[in-house]
Amino acid sequence: MSAGARLPRWVDLGLLPLLNLAAAFLLSGLVVLAIGEDPIKALRILVNGAVGYPEAVAFTLYYTTNFILTGLAVALAFHAGLFNIGGEGQAYVAGLGVGLVCLYLDFLPGFAVVPIAILSAAAFGAAWAAIPGWLEAYRGSHVVITTIMFNFLAAALMTYLITNWLLDPAHGAPETRRFAGHTTLWTMQQMLGWFGIKAPRSPLNAAFFLALAAAAFVWIYVWHTRAGYRLRTVGSSHKAALYAGIDPARTIVVAMAISGALAGLMAVNEIQGAQARLLLSFTGGYGFVGIAVALMGRNHPVGVCLAALLFGALYQGGAELAFEMRNINREMVIVIQGLIILFCGALENMFRPTLARLFARQGAA
Amino acid sequence: MEAASALELPALELRGIDKSFGAVHANRAVDLSVAKGSIHGIVGENGAGKSTLMGIVYGYYAADAGTIRVDGKEVHIAASQDAIAAGIGMVHQHFMLVENFTVLENVLLGAEGGALLKKGEAAARAALGKIMADYGLEVDLDAKIETLDVGTQQRVEILKALYRGAQILILDEPTAVLTPQEADALFRLLDTWRSQGRTVILITHKLREILAATDRVTVMRQGAVVATRDTAATSQEELAELMVGRRVQLRVAKDACVPGAEVLRATGLRYVDARGVERLRGVSLSVRAGEIVGIAGVSGNGQSELLEALAGLLPLAGGEIFYKSEKLAPPGTAAASRAARLHGIAHVPEDRHRMGMVVGYSAAESTILGYHGDEDLGFGPLLSNRAATTRTARLMGAYDVRPAAPALRSGNFSGGNQQKIVLGREIDRDPELLLIGQPTRGVDIGAIEFIHRRLVALRDAGKAILLVSCELDEILGLADRILVMFDGRIVGELGRDAADERALGLMMAGVAQAAAAE
Repeated sequence: MSAGARLPRWVDLGLLPLLNLAAAFLLSGLVVLAIGEDPIKALRILVNGAVGYPEAVAFTLYYTTNFILTGLAVALAFHAGLFNIGGEGQAYVAGLGVGLVCLYLDFLPGFAVVPIAILSAAAFGAAWAAIPGWLEAYRGSHVVITTIMFNFLAAALMTYLITNWLLDPAHGAPETRRFAGHTTLWTMQQMLGWFGIKAPRSPLNAAFFLALAAAAFVWIYVWHTRAGYRLRTVGSSHKAALYAGIDPARTIVVAMAISGALAGLMAVNEIQGAQARLLLSFTGGYGFVGIAVALMGRNHPVGVCLAALLFGALYQGGAELAFEMRNINREMVIVIQGLIILFCGALENMFRPTLARLFARQGAA
Repeated sequence: MEAASALELPALELRGIDKSFGAVHANRAVDLSVAKGSIHGIVGENGAGKSTLMGIVYGYYAADAGTIRVDGKEVHIAASQDAIAAGIGMVHQHFMLVENFTVLENVLLGAEGGALLKKGEAAARAALGKIMADYGLEVDLDAKIETLDVGTQQRVEILKALYRGAQILILDEPTAVLTPQEADALFRLLDTWRSQGRTVILITHKLREILAATDRVTVMRQGAVVATRDTAATSQEELAELMVGRRVQLRVAKDACVPGAEVLRATGLRYVDARGVERLRGVSLSVRAGEIVGIAGVSGNGQSELLEALAGLLPLAGGEIFYKSEKLAPPGTAAASRAARLHGIAHVPEDRHRMGMVVGYSAAESTILGYHGDEDLGFGPLLSNRAATTRTARLMGAYDVRPAAPALRSGNFSGGNQQKIVLGREIDRDPELLLIGQPTRGVDIGAIEFIHRRLVALRDAGKAILLVSCELDEILGLADRILVMFDGRIVGELGRDAADERALGLMMAGVAQAAAAE
């Protein structure tokens, strides 16, 4: 019997992840060394690129926003015992929700159209996730399979809609016209300007706070509401749920819808915040990274936020790295991300027995 | 029954066996000596360390300290192969058989005797024929396991051990799945075994069986051996006291039953499971206020399904359920289960771990399962963990749950304390009808007494109780009226005074019904 040994909480939540992270960076360093670059220098560029100057921080937080939302989507579904791999597609379709409102309801004033666009994003994401949820709940089609398929469906649907109906003919690229200024979100630059703080131009916008609010919502919803109790009970045991008078099928559909809505909010950051137009493939794989973020954040909102920050920094710092070092390209950065996921997710317990022994000895002494 | 000659070396001797799992000290310096050619019983409550000790003997765990001697020779047992080589065989409570293999294939599993099966099979067939003749163990070698009843499956397990040349056979709770008659047959078999000079170690929590079948008995408590007695010189009461460490009442005293109005009536219930097997074939029954109706039967004859159907959890293929002469909505949906609870029907399910509670939840979270909609547990959609904790702390006090820690994970409580949590939650609502399945499965003797007292008190308060149990002692001790189920039907009804173990056993085996049908 090798049940997980008990460790002090700060070790479990603090030291262990740091050790895993250090191991991942160490191995990444060896890889960098192997392709003929200096790992110390690479690390310096990476860190500097991620947090070294105001613009870097802004970009890091901008990516973090995406990862928080897609990570929360995976985490919430997980508590209902569902593995929602469809965050990518749900966010993509949610982009349509934002786009339609911002393009065709822009006669409304800003205080009306902005929240409507946000709700529309959530609703489109929710609907796109609720269908696989319904199929799982009432037809027994596994949600992992259907959400993957719905990613492809979303891609095809959006390509069709954008290239055939929504694109701006005056414009060469497959994208819509720019949204009217009053329909988009405040940029961080704008918001800091109100307080007389000068900030650099960046895609970071008010959606960052939306993401933090979403994290708080998930925390309250999952652990402090009756609906969250139902969700977790279904996630633990359908038999126990039925016994408790909880309808597992209904709960699954609701959980998937909320999960999809969270993923959908990512489109708010990208489309309504950063891009101000609807364009092809704006989701850029953030939906998939959300799975790793949730895994690393142990499906807890606080963990998800921290993991999202790490991935945001890696994304931004990695881009800088690929730009600065000749032998390192984007794929290389993905390798580093992969190593981090490997060490912090799949091999999360690798150092646990050693640490447990160490602490047991210390306790005995 | 005399113990084997003192001059002879013991068949199995354990010295100073010590084993810890993390902070849990499962075995503390255990000494055990089992005489050759004897049946040696080991009793103890859940968690007393019996299974760990036998796991060490059979090579599942390595002891932290201590020695094992077989026939006086020290042996090192690192894996079950070593145990088998030393002549030790084990029959587990949950059989280790491949369902869609034949008996012969199962016996050969791990002892195929070469890469090609044919040769080994022929040799095994001959050897098994001889073993079966010697022991009067008749089993069809070509039958598939899934077609055999549990008693026969157990004989296959024994056959497996014999075929591997076991001189010492360890049986872990062997009668849990047997009718009294099947258990008797098993004990006759063990007798034969003993008369041939082989040795049996019998782990059980049924004290009656210890007295009936063993020569000596060792009592364990909290990982240590507290006493070893010659069976002839002890009694159930003494053994129970040794096991628990204080005097316990094995049978709760109760007054005569004063049944009131009918609370529950079911007519012609039929249920077909997902595999198309008809589990309930027209069950009708009624339960009145102030009585405990016991449903006896060998596990798997439809009792579990009956209980779940009455609680609103199984979609029926036919039949109706009336509660206080009001017809209930067809069961099988969350709404029906919720409605049953609102009506005042409480349900303590058989499957505590997957249905009665959520093992990953804190005790406080498990305590509100099914009642999470209660108004006093929060405001509107919000659920207050503090309110749940307060309620749990109160229930833990009233039902003597140990440790009284609402934040502790439900799965970390002992079986008895888990059951008290579930029972407390369900009784707390002052239900009119309590449906309860296997109330004391995996529950230690001290807690059994407590739970039985509670049930009798509930009955005396004029509530109706429907009790499903595979433990005949429990049915006989608690029920005012006994229904026997066999193969999805109720095959007999006996008043408490008319019921005895023999009559019930025959009905449980379907014999009485067959006789009646002719």
